[in-house]
Amino acid sequence: MFDVQDIRKQFPILHQEVNGKPLVYLDSAATSQKPKQVIDAVERYYKEINSNVHRGVHTLGTHATDAYEGAREKVREFIHAPSTEEVIFTRGTTTALNMVASSYGRANLQEGDEVVITPMEHHSNIIPWQQAVKATGATLKYIPLQKDGSISLEDVENTITENTKIVSVMHVSNVLGTINPIKEIAAIAHRKGAVMVVDGAQSTPHMKIDVQDLDCDFFAFSAHKMCGPTGIGVLYGKKHLLENMEPFEFGGEMIDFVGLYESTWKDLPWKFEGGTPIIAGAVGLGAAIDFLNEIGMDNIKAHEQHLAHYAVKQMSKIEGVQIYGPEERAGVVTFNSDDVHPHDLATVLDTEGIAVRAGHHCAQPLMKWLEVSATARASFYLYNTEEDVDTFVAGLQKAKEFFGHVF
Amino acid sequence: MSFNNLDQLYRQVIMDHYKNPRNKGELEEGDLKINMNNPTCGDAIQLQLKVDEGKISDAKFIGEGCSISLASASMMTESVKGLEVDEALRMSKIFSDMMQGKDYDEEEFDLGDIEALQGVSKFPARIKCATLSWKAMEKGFKEQNDQA
Repeated sequence: MFDVQDIRKQFPILHQEVNGKPLVYLDSAATSQKPKQVIDAVERYYKEINSNVHRGVHTLGTHATDAYEGAREKVREFIHAPSTEEVIFTRGTTTALNMVASSYGRANLQEGDEVVITPMEHHSNIIPWQQAVKATGATLKYIPLQKDGSISLEDVENTITENTKIVSVMHVSNVLGTINPIKEIAAIAHRKGAVMVVDGAQSTPHMKIDVQDLDCDFFAFSAHKMCGPTGIGVLYGKKHLLENMEPFEFGGEMIDFVGLYESTWKDLPWKFEGGTPIIAGAVGLGAAIDFLNEIGMDNIKAHEQHLAHYAVKQMSKIEGVQIYGPEERAGVVTFNSDDVHPHDLATVLDTEGIAVRAGHHCAQPLMKWLEVSATARASFYLYNTEEDVDTFVAGLQKAKEFFGHVF
Repeated sequence: MSFNNLDQLYRQVIMDHYKNPRNKGELEEGDLKINMNNPTCGDAIQLQLKVDEGKISDAKFIGEGCSISLASASMMTESVKGLEVDEALRMSKIFSDMMQGKDYDEEEFDLGDIEALQGVSKFPARIKCATLSWKAMEKGFKEQNDQA
């Protein structure tokens, strides 16, 4: 059973006052809080088994390697990847997408080719492609957005052509909460001969992911948005693609044999993990996956969608509040208030202990599409409650009242 | 409901500059045009300055941003008009010190409305909003200097 009060007990950070008020954390789309299971797992790793991996003859080295590779198996199962060879630990989603754009993109793009993305992408799924097309002479194309911030498959069909080599789309929008039809987009991309890259940073923490069912070729996500530590993420890639890609970083850990003038690489996935890997981070990610699995991804998704709908309903009662994004949304509500700039709004809410994001959310092209310079965003996770929404809505009213009163 | 903390930040004079910005617009003949963004939040300002014989004879701005950044730009353009370039830069340093909560020279200039921004120093996340237009001015003079 999903018991939010019981879940909250597992998150030490939530039980504090900020500016004299109980913390209401509504910024999980930026980064999630960490349950004590994750904090403890990282601490235990450093206290009991810290050692370098893949090289120790000694006992701790073996324990650390087991913990690190054990975490890889947990990730594989969590996203339903066929094999651990296809699960690469990276620094995060940004690094994972850069790996695909640099290693796969630059090797497989040439003049006349197209890369297709959308205007709702996070900067980390725009700029690596801008750079890749600049380096190769390919062109970057955008699938247009519908009025409500969703994508129509007809537009997908019309934008992707026989010249398209790569399609890269976010699974869930960090601003609009749009849940994109990845499986359908991937089918169109494949029919036209392109590979499908998915930015899963905002979906993996909140819903069941099955990379085989989506049939994507690459899938990237970060641990810190799903109750895990910062500094670690994952790139999943289909084996036949990864095998033909050059490593992204060269050095220790990723080599098979090193000569004076030539070297060869380890097998997958290690050829993409140059340097001492993020061992503690992987252990923490593994603990986060155990934690989320215990609660159940379907329960988490349902809880967040309920909160988002409740928030939209309550916020709609306030005059002059504009909410962006489609009706069917993930746990993200981005909005503006007629007479209060989002920064001012976030400051007022902060004095009430409420943490929301204000700004462009690393999506400047999307802000331009929305014709705003900035927005405020409340995002929900498994530990948020209806009371959090009520406090937030009261804070929103207070902000309007305050700015009404000073004007 | 108490607004005490907020009243310290959003002083009446700030809200007045926000609502009725002074020197908003573009100069017909400016010498310096500087675009400055706050990349973390999306605030953007364009500052235009006219300099005659080392003295700022006119200043205008256009931009998008929160109350603090726009009010600060309004106050800044008002204050630097008539100052020598090096005076304006000294004033910018004083303002920067004020924002960081450091001791600053209260004697050299009559800061006028700008004093009202003192409360911003208690809100670290908002300091960059207040300093945006001043940084734009500094950038403009630096670029002019580099070219000379």
